[in-house]
Amino acid sequence: MAERGLRSGLAQMLERLGHTASSKIWRLGFAARFFVYILLHSGTAFRRFQLTVREVYFAGVLSLIIILVSGLFVGMVLGLQGYDTLQRYGSSEALGILVALSLVRELGPVVAGLLFASRAGSAITAEIGLMKATEQIAAMEMMAVDPIARVVAPRFWAGVISMPLLAALFSAMGIFGGYLVGVQLIGVDEGAFWSQMQASVDVRDDILNGVIKSVVFGIAVTWIAVFEGYDAPPTAEGVSGATTRTVVTSSLAILALDFVLTALMFTGGNGK
Amino acid sequence: MKRTTIDIWVGAFVAAGFAGLLFLALKVGNLASFSTAQAYHVEAKFANIGGLKIRAPIKSAGVVVGRVSDVRFDNESYEAVVTFNIDAHYSFPRDTSAKILTSGLLGEQYVGLEAGGAAEMLKNGDRLRLTQSAVVLENLISQFLYNKAAEGKDGKDAK
Repeated sequence: MAERGLRSGLAQMLERLGHTASSKIWRLGFAARFFVYILLHSGTAFRRFQLTVREVYFAGVLSLIIILVSGLFVGMVLGLQGYDTLQRYGSSEALGILVALSLVRELGPVVAGLLFASRAGSAITAEIGLMKATEQIAAMEMMAVDPIARVVAPRFWAGVISMPLLAALFSAMGIFGGYLVGVQLIGVDEGAFWSQMQASVDVRDDILNGVIKSVVFGIAVTWIAVFEGYDAPPTAEGVSGATTRTVVTSSLAILALDFVLTALMFTGGNGK
Repeated sequence: MKRTTIDIWVGAFVAAGFAGLLFLALKVGNLASFSTAQAYHVEAKFANIGGLKIRAPIKSAGVVVGRVSDVRFDNESYEAVVTFNIDAHYSFPRDTSAKILTSGLLGEQYVGLEAGGAAEMLKNGDRLRLTQSAVVLENLISQFLYNKAAEGKDGKDAK
């Protein structure tokens, strides 16, 4: 008797595990199909480009303040911390290299991506989730308007367009912040700051790779955001949960993708 | 919000984004200086190039006159063949010598050119005859230790 109880308990546990795993996999497959569906139905987003421009305003322009201010402060902190470490080795002139490389390669795309996920990604999820909860999406379907083409695709492309621009502005602002602290405040030689930076930052290896990273993060963040919004249970609770999941999942996705991309880009051999 | 206002803001945002990229490419990455339109190639063989990398600067009298464009291994003489890309503004005599030097104690390595006295100038595809390899710190240390050991032995013998 006791043995049978144990067995059924074990079976129940296995069943629960299997159910969790299969529903996760099902959701992942749904997300992948959703992604393909967005790509196939993004004709409207480009034909009626005004829709996308409107979303670029909400996702990109309204994120500018937080991106610019954080970029400036991250750059200033890099300037202070970098100088503190470099001057121990008597190479404080290399501050420009340190600030520029860490911003262009890593911090620009990653921090801009994290900020973009919490500033714009959460807004996209909440908006689409609420549209679903208030049955606006169902109403569109009734009017034979494809909600993915009309609502989701413009938001997706707006995110993909905005993200690299925001990351570039973040890096530029950060380098300016590093310059302010390093050169104007601490007094590192201005010529050495810029010339050492220019000598060691490569346009293709560093800047282009940074831009590629930010494009990938833009795709990942907006994909997660629109999917979570579209998939949210149509209740107040469901929308709030979906918004949280967007921020958490996209932050983790950015960090994991960043590792993969860095491993591919910067350890590719050829003696660099 | 009115459509034109949104358009203006988005336009400004996109323009600012591209300005940021341009700033990164020109001011930070120095795209302009790599497009050396006029340059000639010169090769040199080294027994050991140490940590010399592609795009390392080539300096003469401390002024950057070109960049290393290629490093490969010659499987017949077992030496490294380094290709220099020298700006066409600068011409050097044919008996110019090349050394691999280090900037600072632990800095990056670069090629130093010292002009010779020949009347003929280097042409595209020429090979430098006089080269001096990089100083490898490990070799230097082992040489030093070896000399010290030898000295100690001599001292004992003299006693």
